[in-house]
Amino acid sequence: MTASPLLPKKARPGAPDRTVPLVIYTVVTALLLFLALGDLVPGVKFPAVITSSLFLLFLGSLLLAFQWRANTVVKLVIAVAALLVIIPDIGRLNGSYFDLAIQMCIFAALALGLNIVVGQAGLLDLGYVAFFAVGAYLWGVFGSGQFQQIVKSDLPYTPLTVTAWLAPLLLAVVGAAGYAWMKGIDRAHPGAMKPKGPQRLARAVAVTLVVIGVVSALVFVATLVNAAITSYYSGHAAALVSLANGVNPNLFWLFIVLAVAAAAIVGVLIGLPVLKLKGDYLAIVTLGLGEVIRVFANNMTKYTNGPQGITSITTAPAPWLDSIAGSLKFQPEQFKLFFLYFLVLAVIAVVITVNVRLGNSNIGRAWVAIREDELAAQAMGVPLVRTKILAFATGASFAGVMGVVFAAKQQFISPESFSYFQSIGVLTMVILGGMGNIAGVILGAVVVTWINLSVLPGLSETIQSSFPGLNSNLDPAKYNRLLFGLVLVLMMLFRPEGLLPSTRQRLMMHENDDTDPADDSLNVDGAQGGALGTGATGMPDVRSPGLSPRSEDKRTGGKQ
Amino acid sequence: MDIVLPVLSSVLVNGLLLGILYAIIALGYTMVYGILQLINFAHSEVFVTGAIVGYEVFRVLTPTSLNPYLILVIALVVAMIVSGLLNVLIERLAYRPLRSAPKLVPLISAIGVSFILQDLLRLFEGLQGRFDLAVNVPTAFNQPLPFQPLGVSIQVKDLILLVVGAVMLFGLNRLVNHSRVGRAIRAVAQDRVTAGLMGIDSNRMIALTFAIGGALGGVGGVLFAMKFPNLNAYSGTIPGIKAFSAAVLGGIGSIPGAVLGGLVLGLIENFLGVISIFGSVFPKLAFLGAIKAEYKDVGAFIALIVILIFKPSGLLGRNTTEKV
Repeated sequence: MTASPLLPKKARPGAPDRTVPLVIYTVVTALLLFLALGDLVPGVKFPAVITSSLFLLFLGSLLLAFQWRANTVVKLVIAVAALLVIIPDIGRLNGSYFDLAIQMCIFAALALGLNIVVGQAGLLDLGYVAFFAVGAYLWGVFGSGQFQQIVKSDLPYTPLTVTAWLAPLLLAVVGAAGYAWMKGIDRAHPGAMKPKGPQRLARAVAVTLVVIGVVSALVFVATLVNAAITSYYSGHAAALVSLANGVNPNLFWLFIVLAVAAAAIVGVLIGLPVLKLKGDYLAIVTLGLGEVIRVFANNMTKYTNGPQGITSITTAPAPWLDSIAGSLKFQPEQFKLFFLYFLVLAVIAVVITVNVRLGNSNIGRAWVAIREDELAAQAMGVPLVRTKILAFATGASFAGVMGVVFAAKQQFISPESFSYFQSIGVLTMVILGGMGNIAGVILGAVVVTWINLSVLPGLSETIQSSFPGLNSNLDPAKYNRLLFGLVLVLMMLFRPEGLLPSTRQRLMMHENDDTDPADDSLNVDGAQGGALGTGATGMPDVRSPGLSPRSEDKRTGGKQ
Repeated sequence: MDIVLPVLSSVLVNGLLLGILYAIIALGYTMVYGILQLINFAHSEVFVTGAIVGYEVFRVLTPTSLNPYLILVIALVVAMIVSGLLNVLIERLAYRPLRSAPKLVPLISAIGVSFILQDLLRLFEGLQGRFDLAVNVPTAFNQPLPFQPLGVSIQVKDLILLVVGAVMLFGLNRLVNHSRVGRAIRAVAQDRVTAGLMGIDSNRMIALTFAIGGALGGVGGVLFAMKFPNLNAYSGTIPGIKAFSAAVLGGIGSIPGAVLGGLVLGLIENFLGVISIFGSVFPKLAFLGAIKAEYKDVGAFIALIVILIFKPSGLLGRNTTEKV
């Protein structure tokens, strides 16, 4: 299976200079896009599907600027002009493209976060959307009238008596002491065998006690905070009224930071107990935990307003940005999108930077080592749990930030937005784009978001307006899963490494292709991995029963 | 106080029934996993296909004067055939070409197949103007039984679930452990290469495993449709996840494990569904009243996690030793 010649390869030193084609491509797509939007020739309007395709083609110039070898200054000019001038201008002409661009960035950040967990560390997380939900609900509850509802009602927990929180705390102390004692024994007898039977049980009990203590301490602190807030506001009727639209919108910035912390903490809390599990076990448990968060959102009606969801969530005011937007002839109702667009750009810039820096650091190498071979990594001194937890927490924190932005943009969140389907959607973006490769992951997020939010609705609109009597059950927007599923299966069959695979990924996926000399992969492993003649992609029928035994005992998340 | 015992016995009986249902579905997962080390995410849709086939058979045949048990047999057989063939087809198209790929690849393809099937089922029912199906079980099955096990009144269809489920489980056990075909399947599961050298056609055995798993899913679907008569194309997701959890809980790849896991999960879930009742009975446990029945899914998953922490390869799973 050769890489498609249509797709740009990452610029190599010997690649031809493509400055001129790049400029031509950018200018042509931009002009076409403006023509389609009716800005160049008044009265000319293209169907929505064509306009949105042109929008995607125009975004392609950013990708080409990144992938092609061209003059650096030209590349930078194109990137800056596209992101800071042209896309906002398109947003001014048609607000839905603003919305689309913001959604693309949100999902790109989510996909980058999941890429760390699945792509880098090889931990298959099927409940990733839980962290997104944490961020979204964090701001959703405080940034809307919901907060007033909470404060108005009674104390959420009956105040815990001293024994009720002191007892678990004591247990935690006992557990920690016991654990430390056992660690001390370990240190006194290095080289002793791994703990067995009763010792393991004792250890597990100690850890459980610590966890119970920590959780009850957290609950206790939450109760205290809650009691303090409630008593403050109930004494100040005016203060309570001021909460009609949530807390002071300027606190949005604080909540962005809080969301990073909250999502990371939830990531650690979820990660700690389950990281011992491997592959499929981890997949099902994370999937279950994602469902747990959704069930909580559905049922903790006082906080989340249950299935009805939270409405009219605010954002931070940005007067100076609004005045800029006003002077650029933006409509007042577009000011919010204008602000959120630049916010999202800034966040995604940070996310990409963090991703790149982490990827090239010791931590990034430790992640890859764990993904490739956990035992070997451990033997080489990589601290397994700490490294995995770090991957979980980093990925989660990206999702947390974007959850806040998502809540602010949609102004409405409900448990529906955080279903298992969303987790799979983000995983799709990662896989479709090319796992482990930042540009690929962003590409995947952009394309999938574009299909879901622009093409399918546009297509069904076109179809319904041209065939008014059509059975509404044939509406293509209702079948996005079908399309999604087809894309997934076909991609896995024909291009399992994604649209823009990282080099490592491409080599690994073609490890067994010893019959395909066109693939430039270093087939060093081919002799061993494909020794039993399994290779020969595209000829599934000739596979002998002898399948390469290497794949038998590998973990799911771990890319071999 | 006097309601505690009836509640507990109803938890026991209903948990057992739900557990058998989970076990039947879980076997589909565990057999496929046992032979290919693949989570067949499409199994939940295979199972819903069975449920919808059952719905269609009941819809068409219930108004006729056929014997209700004959209708049930027809529904079960048709569902077994359709689901089994569907599962084989999925294996042929979406998994077989990927058999030597890294494990994440067939997993994603399985998820994709599951999405495709969901919308195809929806399209199929939607074109006939139906979306939320209300399964119309023959009235004879809704009668209460003349005897009450543990003082719990159960219906004829629950007894059917129990009997059919038990027959399926024992039949599968015989097939896998006491027949030539079963031995071949186990051989392929253990080592595909060596099994091939012994003259076993592993592709056929894998297809057969998928057929058996799909057929079990179809039976499970019909039983599910009888017990929970509100269906739609997406109904399979949650029971599918639960059944997979049951398979994991018992130790995936192990057939008795799947049964045990299903029973444990069914019991836990039913117990959590009624736990708030204890809050009203025992004043000291009043805080239990805050636990809504909806949290039973949460409890089931938390139980899964807790058990997996202590038994990382499930209740009856073998601990795999890693070669260095």
